[in-house]
Amino acid sequence: MCLAIPMQIEAIDGEMGTVEATGIKREVSLSFIDDPSVGDYVLIHAGFAIQKIDEHQANETIELLNQMAQRAREMKS
Amino acid sequence: MEDSIIQLAHGGGGTRMNELIREIFANRFSNEHIDGMSDAANIDLTSSRIAFTTDGFVVKPHFFPGGDIGKLSICGTVNDLASAASRPLYISASFILEEGFAITDLERIATSMAETAKTAGVKIVAGDTKVVERGSCDGIFISTSGIGIRLTKEIMAPTRIRPGDAILVNGAVGDHGMAIMATREGLSLESTIKSDCAPLGGLMEAILTAAPDVRFMRDATRGGLATVLCESCDGMEFGIECEEATIPLNSSTTAACELLGLDPLYSANEGKIVAVVPADEAEAALVAMRGHELGRDAAIIGHATGGRAGHVSLITTLGSRRMLVRKSGEQMPRIC
Amino acid sequence: MKHLSEYRNSDHARTLSIEIARVRIDRPIQIMEVCGTHTMSIARFGLKQLLPKNIRLISGPGCPVCVTPNNFLDRAIAISKIADTTICTFGDMMRVPGSSSSLEVEHARGSDIRVVYSTLDALMIARAHPDRNVVFLGVGFETTAPTIASSIEIAHSEGLKNYSVLCAHKVVPPAIEALLSGEVKIDGFLLPGHVSSIIGAKSYRGIAERHAIACSIAGFEPSDILGALLEITTQISNSKPAIHTAYARAVTEIGNSKALAVLDRVFESCDANWRGIGNIPGSGLAIRDKFSQHDAAKRFPVSIDESVDNPACRCGDILTGKISPDECPLFRNGCTPDHPIGACMVSNEGSCAAHFNYGATNI
Repeated sequence: MCLAIPMQIEAIDGEMGTVEATGIKREVSLSFIDDPSVGDYVLIHAGFAIQKIDEHQANETIELLNQMAQRAREMKS
Repeated sequence: MEDSIIQLAHGGGGTRMNELIREIFANRFSNEHIDGMSDAANIDLTSSRIAFTTDGFVVKPHFFPGGDIGKLSICGTVNDLASAASRPLYISASFILEEGFAITDLERIATSMAETAKTAGVKIVAGDTKVVERGSCDGIFISTSGIGIRLTKEIMAPTRIRPGDAILVNGAVGDHGMAIMATREGLSLESTIKSDCAPLGGLMEAILTAAPDVRFMRDATRGGLATVLCESCDGMEFGIECEEATIPLNSSTTAACELLGLDPLYSANEGKIVAVVPADEAEAALVAMRGHELGRDAAIIGHATGGRAGHVSLITTLGSRRMLVRKSGEQMPRIC
Repeated sequence: MKHLSEYRNSDHARTLSIEIARVRIDRPIQIMEVCGTHTMSIARFGLKQLLPKNIRLISGPGCPVCVTPNNFLDRAIAISKIADTTICTFGDMMRVPGSSSSLEVEHARGSDIRVVYSTLDALMIARAHPDRNVVFLGVGFETTAPTIASSIEIAHSEGLKNYSVLCAHKVVPPAIEALLSGEVKIDGFLLPGHVSSIIGAKSYRGIAERHAIACSIAGFEPSDILGALLEITTQISNSKPAIHTAYARAVTEIGNSKALAVLDRVFESCDANWRGIGNIPGSGLAIRDKFSQHDAAKRFPVSIDESVDNPACRCGDILTGKISPDECPLFRNGCTPDHPIGACMVSNEGSCAAHFNYGATNI
């Protein structure tokens, strides 16, 4: 019930925005987002942005995954 | 022609119909067969190994990124013949036109058919036109039939496939289906996706030259790559295993599929051929495909297996296995 | 795709899989996922194959299409037969069987039924055709319900009288409570990431207090799901159940206040009937009186025959994790994606469809 994908805000017009992801664009409602800015990544579900992606948290998660994988490689060798 | 829209008289068999045929079709498709405007094209074929196919075209919208219903009507039939390892030669085209259809659109479609036929090396040698009342068809329906001469001694069939044979495709899959999907009302999607609609006769001949022992070929149309793979091994004594990482995909098609919850492996194609060749001919086939403008992104995507007969497995990028089965109907956009 | 592809990394998946196998749990455990999109992702990426044998993933009632009772479809079909009516629906609902028909079949019979991606598209249709009544089929959980709520507010403020919603929205936390009080042994929950984006991690705190159960809120990519499963198994192993967020880039403690506010303005809580489970108090959303003119159930009070469920259909037991799809006598035996008998088979993310389409890994 939760098919939503991250897309980047390209333009904002009032409560609506244009979001983009590798060659596709759509007009979506940004009415659920606090202070949306061009360049933000938002999760798009059924034509609405339902949440802003927290880039800081995203980077931390990837960093953690990379570290885990690195440790696993070191343990193996 | 002074008319701007198709009227019932244009299908009436009289002078108005003749004018339509001459000015829109005959002068664009011009060749020794159609110029005579006779009832049937008389053809001498140099071989008795004849391939014959037919196809109907009802696509909406009539004009889409990368093509139109006219181009499609030629490519669809040409590609069926090419998949049968046959050189496409002659096409017939039958038109059902809705009263009120714009003549300028018909002219564009006819021009597109003529250009595509020229690229494909085929001649449109026979045709028919009917006009139906407003509401009885959606603008224009086209039906084409085609004749080709088989270039191989044996007929292409999945029964020729053996475990270990390599499976190749000539490029990114799913583009046509998503290009059409993106135009649908109710989706409001702007995309750069273009239909891959293209005639594959030349590419097929390049494959045959490099891999003369090719086992089987099929063009992947509705139902996508996955459906062709499923159909190829259904009821057979071999299975198919593909590597997800090797299947060529365009990023915009992937993005549209992720957004709408669709699987690009089941999305339609109109310019993709799947070829199954013996393992020792795979490299040569790949080089030949990549050397052709319609095969620059060709890839070996998997092989036939002895185990899991009749089934298609996909090894995901994570190394797990998932089965590909035939879907019951067209994919629908979903939110779940 | 940014913020998506990075979570499909095979090195990360392999590492997480190894870590999960290293967690000391000496008994078989069952972890339930309550989001149909998780069912799909797990099937699509073959994630069950990356888990140790003692961990069993079971699907819960998280497919909103699957838990929508027959009478909703029957009502929608009856409304579609009213003159000058256009039904707009998410694609998920088109093939779901009602008591005797489906929206797809009714479309073939001549009803104006259109698949849309968003309520915004349905509003556009309503504006373009003031002479037609546009009825949107409101199905989905807290991820989707705010978008329908927003469409009702927009229609109301524009005076778009011809737009209404047939509402069958449900909410997740009461269903989780009901499951925990039920018969199935559940050792942990994979909580729905996008529902949680809206309702916030706080919404599960009450559940954690009442039932000490290992939980992790998970996103939908392989690393998200495997990471959450690692957290859940670790909680179980250490006997330290908690509500953990493994989807921090999209889920906060408080959720999305704007979305929650529009939900509150447009909907009120009500009891709801979950197919296969029965009535769960306070688990549904109803359109508030203020917006009655956009409530299709009130605007088009159709009479429908009593809904009929196939007595052999075991969707209810599958939705509550009591049995797996292949334990249903109808699975592949009369009930297939071509000819679905129950909603679990027709919905793409229903357990049965996922199992049919992706499974069969024992071949």
